[in-house]
Amino acid sequence: MNVLIKEKEDAQKGVTIFVEGEVDVYTAPQLREKLLPLCQNGNTVYVDLSKVDYIDSTGLGVLIGAYKAQRATAGRLILTGMNARLSRIFRITGLHEIIEIEDRKQEDGKE
Amino acid sequence: MKEQPLDSVNLTIPAKPDYVGIARLTVSGIANRMGFSYDDIEDLKLAVSEACTNAVDHAYSGGDGDIEVCCSIFGNRLEIEVIDRGHSFNIREVEERTGPISFEPSMNALRERGLGIYLMKTLMDDVDIKGDNGVIVKLTKYLRKNEVEPHVKSPASYPYR
Repeated sequence: MNVLIKEKEDAQKGVTIFVEGEVDVYTAPQLREKLLPLCQNGNTVYVDLSKVDYIDSTGLGVLIGAYKAQRATAGRLILTGMNARLSRIFRITGLHEIIEIEDRKQEDGKE
Repeated sequence: MKEQPLDSVNLTIPAKPDYVGIARLTVSGIANRMGFSYDDIEDLKLAVSEACTNAVDHAYSGGDGDIEVCCSIFGNRLEIEVIDRGHSFNIREVEERTGPISFEPSMNALRERGLGIYLMKTLMDDVDIKGDNGVIVKLTKYLRKNEVEPHVKSPASYPYR
């Protein structure tokens, strides 16, 4: 019931935040603290959710907050690696039509 | 006469973010035992978390208080009541504001909160919210027959296994 958040910066790609675990009312503040400061200068921020097995409305709220901040500064927020369960929650809430989501297959695409 | 549950499991947790995961684990265990499908178990976990999160956020205004999670196991369904004894709220008003997110030109319209009740209603078969002295959220999820694996017995048959 915890969350692990790591950050990796790539000069070309932008910043990636790797999230691992469950994002709920207890752990969402940690994600907010890490993610929001990166959404200030119009850069591209990736959030890798491939190791997230649970997210609820508080976690979605953090992502919406980051999306708004990115929009305000003409930056991009891109979510990657979502499992079927998470995709379903994004579809139900309509967030999949708003926040940029990169398909896991594309992400893992091997030559 | 009101139908009595076969079994009940009651859990009391402090109304703090730290303990919402405990309610989720408990409900997950019960739903698993009853033979719900993977997806239905995940839906139940999410719905009970949303109900608990609302109580944590609104019930006691930062003060101390408890949340009761009462699970009633019936032959064909699981009913979960999430009860707090804090401030109730205007349910009509809150319900009118819930719904999926839609893209609107004004970004202020994109809510960061308020998805919880919408998610509960979408994922459960029935959601009943009552508020008078505190708030009671009752979540109901039915077992779909074809989801029950043959080796999973209904709770009523436990003693005869």
